[in-house]
Amino acid sequence: MSAALVAVEGLAKTFDVSAPWLNRIAERKPRQFVHAVDDVGFTIARGSTLALVGESGCGKSTVARLLVGLYAPTRGRVVFDGVDAGAAGSARPASIRRRMQMIFQDPYASLNPRWQVSDIIAEPLREHGFGADASAGVGRRRQRVDDRVGELLASVGLAPADAVKFPHQFSGGQRQRISIARALATQPEFLVCDEPTSALDVSVQAQVLNIMKDLQARHGLTYLFISHNLAVVRHVSDEVGVMYLGRIAELADKALLFARPRHPYTRMLLDAIPDIHMSGRARTPVRGEVPNPLDPPKGCAFHPRCPHANERCRVERPQLLPIDGVRVACHAVEEGRI
Amino acid sequence: MASPLLEVKHLRVEFPGRRGRLVAIDDISFDIAPGEILGVVGESGAGKSLTGAAIIGLLDPPGRISAGEIRFEGRRIDDLPYEQMRRLRGRSIGAIFQDPLTSLDPLQTIGRQLIETIRTHLPMGAAEARRRAVKLLQETGIPAAEERLDQYPHQFSGGMRQRVVIALALAGEPKLIVADEPTTALDVSIQAQIISLLRRLCKEHGAAVMLVTHDMGVIAETCDRVAVMYAGRIVEIGPVAAVIHSPAHPYTVGLMGSIPAMDEDRPRLLQIDGAMPRLNAIPPGCAFNPRCPRAFAPCRVERPELMTAGSTLAACWLHAPALRAAA
Repeated sequence: MSAALVAVEGLAKTFDVSAPWLNRIAERKPRQFVHAVDDVGFTIARGSTLALVGESGCGKSTVARLLVGLYAPTRGRVVFDGVDAGAAGSARPASIRRRMQMIFQDPYASLNPRWQVSDIIAEPLREHGFGADASAGVGRRRQRVDDRVGELLASVGLAPADAVKFPHQFSGGQRQRISIARALATQPEFLVCDEPTSALDVSVQAQVLNIMKDLQARHGLTYLFISHNLAVVRHVSDEVGVMYLGRIAELADKALLFARPRHPYTRMLLDAIPDIHMSGRARTPVRGEVPNPLDPPKGCAFHPRCPHANERCRVERPQLLPIDGVRVACHAVEEGRI
Repeated sequence: MASPLLEVKHLRVEFPGRRGRLVAIDDISFDIAPGEILGVVGESGAGKSLTGAAIIGLLDPPGRISAGEIRFEGRRIDDLPYEQMRRLRGRSIGAIFQDPLTSLDPLQTIGRQLIETIRTHLPMGAAEARRRAVKLLQETGIPAAEERLDQYPHQFSGGMRQRVVIALALAGEPKLIVADEPTTALDVSIQAQIISLLRRLCKEHGAAVMLVTHDMGVIAETCDRVAVMYAGRIVEIGPVAAVIHSPAHPYTVGLMGSIPAMDEDRPRLLQIDGAMPRLNAIPPGCAFNPRCPRAFAPCRVERPELMTAGSTLAACWLHAPALRAAA
């Protein structure tokens, strides 16, 4: 495998969710913080797909936003192709922004309803000065942009003639293709996809996933794929990170993770998937619910729901350690108890 | 076989509009036996939620039933006056909706909502109704039910709220529960809890369920029979195992193939090209024919009705031997 395109080290994001100053003074409320992402690290090899999976509120979307620079990290850094891309407090250079793009979950909210598709897709092109060399006149430049928009639409299975339409004239799946075309406009190497198919019906989801795989093969794209759907993750990814309450619980090669899940949380998630082929395996419901992120449990965040938790789990937070070729944050696995 | 609890015959639901009527549900028929769990599956816009709404008498105007009938325990219910339907709903037919937050009143405690529902439908005093409310919450697996009764919906998590909604649906001891996407808004781990709860409680209370969902996985592990809907019609109906393992309708085949599987590796998913037609542009013949890989001449001309296809019923000309021989 080639060198890592994206490397994330000790990434953390804390949100201040305190009551307003006056309420804090009058009602003696303390300041409150949510540690949405805490000490997350991974690398993604060029041309491969890392999937982050977890339940609502586990911080997977925050990681996506930190990577593309929509949030500034509280701690830690994002290294893109050897260049530090997320030094806290400094704006990210356009040369790096051009090379990473994002596809959002909701195709109804992520496209401007008042813009024609051609403008939506051309915006990143104009922003990054596509076709604007000194010799080209305005007309020539516009022609180049239009040609490129047509090309992009064709590459996601839409017609170049669709460029003059507005988003409301498209179905959910077609809108998500427009989002993909927009993300591809600047010829990025890295795409962050935040639940790109969760708002879509299964047959449309299959179309979009197939397009994404085709584009990856054709352009050698690298994906960070965020999803809560393990079956989809298994289909698209090379490597999988399972997140729980802002931290990575297990990070492993796809085949290893699905064949032999190590972390108790990963096992529970896999057991909770509905069995579509009715092999007779009873689905084991996960006990309990995700704790309140404002007041996470001490020690291992998963210990209140974990069947293998002991005293150490209640006190000491497990680190993500390499064990048998995968990385797991679990005392029980580390001690060989499970 | 015992007489069906619910019979839907040639049901048609229309939305009159300025540019003509839109037929959202077109001539569908099915039965639910007492205690049976029938799944209704389909993609957005297939008409599955509308079917549920028509049964519980909660079609949003201007939508209306324009033909056909719905019978509950042999009695026709689609033409009942509002007041009678209101009494039937909740008492004999319970409902569970997708979003547990919008199905609860945010300004009333859980207990008040439960007790009100119980006393509306069952002849009980306040104290007795409260005891029953506690029992219902306990049955749905809510810890410290007694204290939780005096809390408001915002103090419950999503999974806990959906448990309360299930308790509400069961409060009147209904014989049928219409559950519209009850687990769609929940995380997978909570989804598994709610599904097993729903299945267990319906068995204990002897209630039949019509489970509307787009999730084949939920159907597979919950239902006895399943109806697959496409563009306002039932395209296939039969026992769950048969529909999943040997689907007869090309749409069902495509639907099953487009779901990423957990136990096999495929480089590409089977995909059905195109999208479901809009209600104002349903093609002549079989509504699926423009997307169907196996369409032949009759499909473009005449609309197929449900016919025997192996162990299921499918609305597809491929299963009419005479036509296939001719083609």
